Amino acid sequence: MRRYVIVGTGAAGIAAAEAIRCHDPQGNILLISEEKDGYYSRPGLAFYLTGEITERQLYPFSEQDFRRLGANRKHVRAVRVHTQSHQLVLNDGTQLPYDRLLIATGAMAATVKTPGVQLAGVVKLDNLEDARRILKLARKGRSAVVVGGGITALEIVEGLSEHGVKVHYFLRGDRYWGNVLDEAESRIVEHRLKEEGVQIHYQTELAEILEKRGRVAGVRTKDGRQIKCELVAIAVGVLARKELAEASGLDTDRGILVDEYLQTSDPDVFAAGDVAQVFDPASGKALLDSLWGPSREQGNAAGCTMAGVPTPYYKRPPFNVTRLANLTTTIIGAIGGGKDDDVLGIVRGDSESWRQLPDAIAAQSDFDVNHLRVLVGERTLVGAILMGDQTLSRPLQRLVTDKVDITPIHERLLQPKAPVADLIADFWINWRGRHAA
Amino acid sequence: MDLKSLLKQESTRRQALVTGYVVPESFRCVQCGICSFYCPINIDIRRHAWLGEPIKDSHCLTCGECVTRCPRGALRFERTNLFEPVK
Repeated sequence: MRRYVIVGTGAAGIAAAEAIRCHDPQGNILLISEEKDGYYSRPGLAFYLTGEITERQLYPFSEQDFRRLGANRKHVRAVRVHTQSHQLVLNDGTQLPYDRLLIATGAMAATVKTPGVQLAGVVKLDNLEDARRILKLARKGRSAVVVGGGITALEIVEGLSEHGVKVHYFLRGDRYWGNVLDEAESRIVEHRLKEEGVQIHYQTELAEILEKRGRVAGVRTKDGRQIKCELVAIAVGVLARKELAEASGLDTDRGILVDEYLQTSDPDVFAAGDVAQVFDPASGKALLDSLWGPSREQGNAAGCTMAGVPTPYYKRPPFNVTRLANLTTTIIGAIGGGKDDDVLGIVRGDSESWRQLPDAIAAQSDFDVNHLRVLVGERTLVGAILMGDQTLSRPLQRLVTDKVDITPIHERLLQPKAPVADLIADFWINWRGRHAA
Repeated sequence: MDLKSLLKQESTRRQALVTGYVVPESFRCVQCGICSFYCPINIDIRRHAWLGEPIKDSHCLTCGECVTRCPRGALRFERTNLFEPVK
């Protein structure tokens, strides 16, 4: 009987367990989780913070589901892999034998070295425990300072605002999420945040977190201002949790390096999800994603291969639908570039592929409060961002992912003041009629 | 519940059953559970979304609450094939 050990119980780990069970009904599957909360929806934390769902709702699997899967679970931390002897060493010194091992340890919030960062009242949003802490503080606090960028920073900003906390949002630069959004898009988000009562402080950096009896009492900025607050949230990006691989001599870069079968430099050790740095054929580079969909697909592919059914993973154009200042936003393919001073690397719900500058020209249009920008390549759409009305979300996902030839509308899309949304909608209706699926 | 509202509910359900069912797109779903949370009759829509299976539960009212609430557009209505038996 083959022994499978999966380190990490996020989307990748669970998808791998399901794939293994599908191909190996007898195999022994052990899921190891450092987090006592086990498998829950990390993206769902945003809705838990705003009070739209309860904590209980975050768990997609019941005990019965785990029994059906036939997987054992262990709440422990793995510290090293002895690849030669096929043993996984745990923090209590015990060793677990494996035949195939998957590292799906995800990513963790990057830290800052600001004085005072260790104080009670300084939070991040990595996991459920963090979300509970933020909610607890939000019930007592009157004002908060949020530092950072990307989706996570806004999840915290909106969660706190929803609970009546006055939020000061610090941006190092002149605009929000500058390496994914263009200036108009950043302004849309910022405008909506301001309407919600959030005070945005541009070109503002945290110098020190001020203390009163061991707790956060305020902050001092680098330009000398002081703001009183009871909570400081840091969301400056995430880093792949690759320590286990590094301690075990596996090849790593920004994440764990894997081939198209999610195989690491050791043939019996695999990596999937946020921790895996996967080769992207479109850019010719090995890139990181921090997205649920690719994590699940990678976990599935790795699980199949581990169970003896070699299954390659081919990176698709990254795709996310998120809420930015309560505005539903679809982001797909390559749409950004440059750098964002508010984050150290990748953020949750992000993909490095979004910033692989394509050989393309942007076409955009605004309709009511909605905004659409598409990146037009030689014959295809290589990326798109859609804010507000999501009618075109699915068509754009399909057109970009399937690299649909848009030659019939190519020239018209690039004309000044082109009705981009209408052109794409008409093209989609016509194309779908011919390729019904 | 009075008779009138019961009849009304019945007619809504009948109407819904011949109009369509809810179809998930797994790739868009992040298992946040909003769909299941707001389902008035507690169908585990999230599970269907994970498995990529249409919600063909005969109790589904196709009220559209899950479709509207899903923050990622992972759910949509699709016309029912009238020749396919309802579960």
